[in-house]
Amino acid sequence: MSAHLKQDEPDTRNVLDGMEQGIIGQPLARPDGLAKVTGTAPYAAEYPVADCLEGVLVTAPFTRGEITAIDKASVLSMPGVVAVIDDERLTARAAQGTAGEAPEQPAREVGYFGQPIALVVAQSFEQARDAAKHLTFDYRADDLDDVPLDPETAGAEPQDGATRQGDLAQAMSAAAHSVDVTYTTEGHNSAAMEPHAAIAQWDGTKLTVHASLQMLNYNIAELADALGLQEEQVRLISRYVGGGFGSKLGISEETVAASIAAMELERPVRVVLSRQQVFQTIMRRSETKQRLRLSADKDGHLTGFGHEARVSQLPGETFAEPVLQSSEFLYAGENRLLQLEVARIHRMTAGSVRAPGEAVGMPALESAMDMLAQQVGIDPVELRLRNIPERHPSEGLPYSSRKLAECLEQGAKAFGWDSGARQPRQHRDGEWWIGTGMASAARVHNVAEARARVTLKPDGTALVETDMTDIGTGTYSIVGQVAGEMLGLPMDQVLVELGDTEFPRGPGSGGSWGASSIGSAVFVACEELRAKLASKAGVSTDELKLKDGGVVGGATLVELLDGEELSFEGHYEPGDIADDYTASGYGAFFAQVRVNRFTGETRVDRMLGAFGFGRVLNAKTARSQCLGGIVWSIGTALTESLLFDPVDGHVVNCDLAEYHVPVHRDVPDLEVIMVEERDPAASPIQAKGIGELGMCGGAAAIGNAIYNACGARVLSFPMTPDKVIAAMPD
Amino acid sequence: MKPFDFQRADRLEHAAQLCADEGTRAIAGGTNLIDLMKLQVETPQTLVDIHRLPLGRIDDTDDGGLRIGALATNTATAVHERVRREYPLLARAILAGASQQLRNKATTGGNLCQRTRCYYFTNIDQPCNKREPGSGCGALKGVARLHAVLGTSDECIATYPGDMAVAMAALGAVVEIADAKGHTRNVPVRDFHCLPGDTPWRDNVLEDGEIITAVILPPPVAGRQLYRKVRERSSYAFAMVSVAAIVALEDGRFTRADLAFGGLAHKPWQDPRLSALLLGKEPSAKLFDEAADVLLDGAQSYGENAYKIPLARRTLTAVLAEATGMEL
Repeated sequence: MSAHLKQDEPDTRNVLDGMEQGIIGQPLARPDGLAKVTGTAPYAAEYPVADCLEGVLVTAPFTRGEITAIDKASVLSMPGVVAVIDDERLTARAAQGTAGEAPEQPAREVGYFGQPIALVVAQSFEQARDAAKHLTFDYRADDLDDVPLDPETAGAEPQDGATRQGDLAQAMSAAAHSVDVTYTTEGHNSAAMEPHAAIAQWDGTKLTVHASLQMLNYNIAELADALGLQEEQVRLISRYVGGGFGSKLGISEETVAASIAAMELERPVRVVLSRQQVFQTIMRRSETKQRLRLSADKDGHLTGFGHEARVSQLPGETFAEPVLQSSEFLYAGENRLLQLEVARIHRMTAGSVRAPGEAVGMPALESAMDMLAQQVGIDPVELRLRNIPERHPSEGLPYSSRKLAECLEQGAKAFGWDSGARQPRQHRDGEWWIGTGMASAARVHNVAEARARVTLKPDGTALVETDMTDIGTGTYSIVGQVAGEMLGLPMDQVLVELGDTEFPRGPGSGGSWGASSIGSAVFVACEELRAKLASKAGVSTDELKLKDGGVVGGATLVELLDGEELSFEGHYEPGDIADDYTASGYGAFFAQVRVNRFTGETRVDRMLGAFGFGRVLNAKTARSQCLGGIVWSIGTALTESLLFDPVDGHVVNCDLAEYHVPVHRDVPDLEVIMVEERDPAASPIQAKGIGELGMCGGAAAIGNAIYNACGARVLSFPMTPDKVIAAMPD
Repeated sequence: MKPFDFQRADRLEHAAQLCADEGTRAIAGGTNLIDLMKLQVETPQTLVDIHRLPLGRIDDTDDGGLRIGALATNTATAVHERVRREYPLLARAILAGASQQLRNKATTGGNLCQRTRCYYFTNIDQPCNKREPGSGCGALKGVARLHAVLGTSDECIATYPGDMAVAMAALGAVVEIADAKGHTRNVPVRDFHCLPGDTPWRDNVLEDGEIITAVILPPPVAGRQLYRKVRERSSYAFAMVSVAAIVALEDGRFTRADLAFGGLAHKPWQDPRLSALLLGKEPSAKLFDEAADVLLDGAQSYGENAYKIPLARRTLTAVLAEATGMEL
C-alpha cells in the first residue's frame, strides 16, 4: 500500500514534537559507524566478486578533436590483457546532477584534455594500468589557437533569468555610501576521499553495478540511457559512499565503461578512477569573477544591490554555477541587478561541487558587505541586521521561517564579538597580526520527490527501505530516527536499508535535500501506519501514543499486529509550496585569524558558526555536517584552487598533495550553534537542508578577519600568502 | 606502472653492483619512487631493495659530529636525542616536511634523492626535459607556481622540493657515497644536487652504481638554529620559500650566519656572499635588506612564481630578525 503527500501548504501540525519516543533530534551515534571505522563497511570497489576483470581508462592527451583510430593490437598481446573497449556508448563526461539521461557520447569526440576515450581490460589491475599507458591511437587535434581555454577572454553568453529592478547605476551615484568591487574565486574539485569506482556484472538479462553514487534514482536512468537498456534491466547498489560533495550526483565515465565491458565480456569488470583521473575528468566547480555593487543610505540601509558574475563551462553543457542564488533574497535594496554569464571554454565539465553557487557567491557578497560596513562606519553585524528584508526583494514572496537575526545575535554573543569601532592592525602577537571577521550564511532550501517503504514486522520491529544514499552525512541515522519517533521504537528496533535500486526511489543525496526529503517520505508512510495501529488500538490517530514498542499504558505492537505485517510506501512530493514562500537555511560565521606580517601566511585561531535550518533530526550528525562545512570554508578562504595550464587547459595539480584541502593543523577548535527552529513550509517534518550551509559565506568571515588583522583587502579567493603580501599596506 | 624485476640486496657492494645497470633503481622507503612508477614517470627495469642493508644507525663520530645512516628514517632522525638538542634545525626541517606516515617510511638517502614535484615532470602527457630530454619544458609557459627563481635554465625551472637537505646544507653536512668496489667518496650536501643547466635530467652527482651510505654532520656549533617554511597550508605542503639559518652574535655583531634556502632553486640554495656580507656587522633592517638584495640579485621569475622574490626577501628578514632577537 502506498501513501502520498504533495505538500502545497505549510504543515503546522508539528507532528514529530507530539510523539513519545523522544529520539528525534537526539545526538545518537550512527548505526553504520562501527562498520565504517572498523573497515568492514564495503565501498563500491571493495565487494568481493569472483572472477572479476580490471579495467583502466585511457585518456586523451590533447584538448579538442577526435580519436580517428584505436590500435587495439598495440596492447592485446601484452600480458593479461583481455580487451580494449572503445564502444560508441562510452561517455565523454559525467552526467550533471538530476540529469536522468546519458551524458555526452561518444567518447571519441574529445572536448577537454584528459577525457576518457577507451577502456583497457586485463586480468589484473597492474596489467590493465600498464597497457592503458601503451595503447596507441590516431587522433586529429584542433590547433590550440582555435580552442578557447581562458574564461577571461572566451566569448560569454548571458544566462536567462536576470533580475533587473529599478536603476542600480542611479542608486549608486546618489548613495551616501557605495561599494563597487570585483572578486574572483578559483575552481574547486570535490575532493572526496573515495575515488569514483564501479563493479559491473551482467547475467545475460540484468546488469548489476556496485558504484559510488549519490542519486541512484537518477543514476539508473542515466546508465540505462547510456547503454540502451530499460531501467528494469539495471540494478545499482551504493550502500556506502566515501564522500560525494557533488562529484557523484550523476554517473561518471567508469560506471558506463565497466558496464559495457561486463556485458561484452560476460565477466564482472571493476573500474576505479585514479586520483589523477578524478581530478582530470570529474566535474570542477567553475572559477568565478563577480562584481558587487552595493549602495546604502547614511545609516547603512541598502538602496541598491548588484551582483554580476561570470562563470565558465564546456560548450553544450547547460549547468552554470548558480553564484547569485542567495543574493536574490538575502538582503534588501530596491534597485537590483543580478546577472550571470557563462564563458565557453574547453576545460572539463563544470558541475555541482559542494554548495554550488553560494559556496563562492556568498564569500564575495559577504566581503563586499564588510567593505560597506567599514564605509558606513557601523558594526558589520548591525549592517546585516538592518538589511534583513520583509519580503523577497524582487519577487515579493514571504519567507518561510528565517533565523538569520537570531544566528547573527547568538553567534556574536557566543563568539564574544566586539561591536565597537573596527580598525585594522589593532592586535599583534609577535610576528602575527590578529583580527576578527564575520559573515552571514545562506543556502537555498531544496526538497525533492521521495519514496520509502516502512514495514512493521509482526515481531514489532520496523524496516525502512529506500534507494536513498548515505554519503557520509548520516542518512542511516536520521531515517531510523524519524521512523522510530513516529512508531514508538528505539533505534535498535528499526533497520534501515539504503542504496539499492530494488527499493523504492528516494531523492538521492545532493543540494542538502536528502534528509528533509527522505525524512518526509518516511514520515508519510509512518502516518499511515499510525492510522492503522490507532484503529487496531481503538483510539483516534491523534490520541495514539506509542513508546518503546507499544501503546503507552496499553498493548504492545506485537499484540496489536497479532501476526500481521503492515507495510506502506510513503511518497512525498514538494508541491506548490515553493511558489508561495522563499525557503532557505541561514546562519552567521565568526572567525579570528592571525596573519604573519612578514610572510602573509594566515592561520585560523578559532571559528564559530550559528545556523538555523529548521528541525534538527540528529544533533550529532547535524553538527558534524556544520563542522565539515566550516572546514570547507577554511579551504575556500585559504588554500583550495584548481590550477589549469594556460596552453592546453589541463589540470596541473591533480592529486591531494598539490590540491590543498585543509589539513588538521589548519582547523582549530570550531564551535557550532544550532538555533532552535521549525519550518512548517520547508517539509512536513519542519526540517531544511544542512549539509552545505556551513560553507556558504564562511570564507568571507576569514577574509574579513584578514583585513581586520593586517589591513590587506584581498579580492581573490583563496587568500594565499602571495596575495596577502601583495595587498598588505607597508 | 611497467612490470619490473625485484631484487633484494643484503650487502652494500652487491647493491651497488646491481645499481650499476642503467634502468636499475634502489628502493628504500619508496615514498616518492613508487608514486612516480605508478604515473610511469619512473620506469625502472629492476628495483633493488636496499632496506635490509645495515645503514640505519645514527652514531656519534670521533670528532663529535653525527653520522646519520642512509636508511635511518626521517622520524628516527627527527626524534634522535642529539639531533633535537644539538642540531634542532635538522629536526625542525624534517618535521616541516611530508606527514608523519611518510616520515616513518622515508629515509635519509631517499629524501636527498627525492624528485621535483613540478606538475609537468609528473605528467607524462606533458613535455619535460628532466623526464624526457629534448621534449621541452611545460612549466616555462605553463603554471610555474612552485618553480625556481634562482639558478634556472632555459631547459628547466623545477625546484628541489625537500626540507631536510636545506637544513643539512646550512649545517655543512657531507654525503657519504659508496660504489661497488667498496670505495667511498664524500660530497658536501651543498654540492650534492645539481643546477639544471643543459642537463636537467641530472638531479644530483650520484653515478650509476653509487649508493648513499650516510650523511655526516660536523660537530655542533654555537648559535641559534631556525628553520622557517612558508606555505599556505600548515602541513603536508611543499615550501613556497624556506630558510634554514644558524646565526651567532658576539658583542652585537654576526659571528656566524650560515643560511640555506628551499623552494627557490633546483637545489638547496646557498650563497657564500651572504655570510661574507653579514659577518662582523651589527644586525639592522638595512643590513637584512642588503642581504636580500644579494640573495636575489640574479633572481628571475616565470609568471606565477614572481611572488617568490618578495616572499624570499620577507622570509629572510623575518628569520634574521628572529635569530638576532631584533624587533622590526
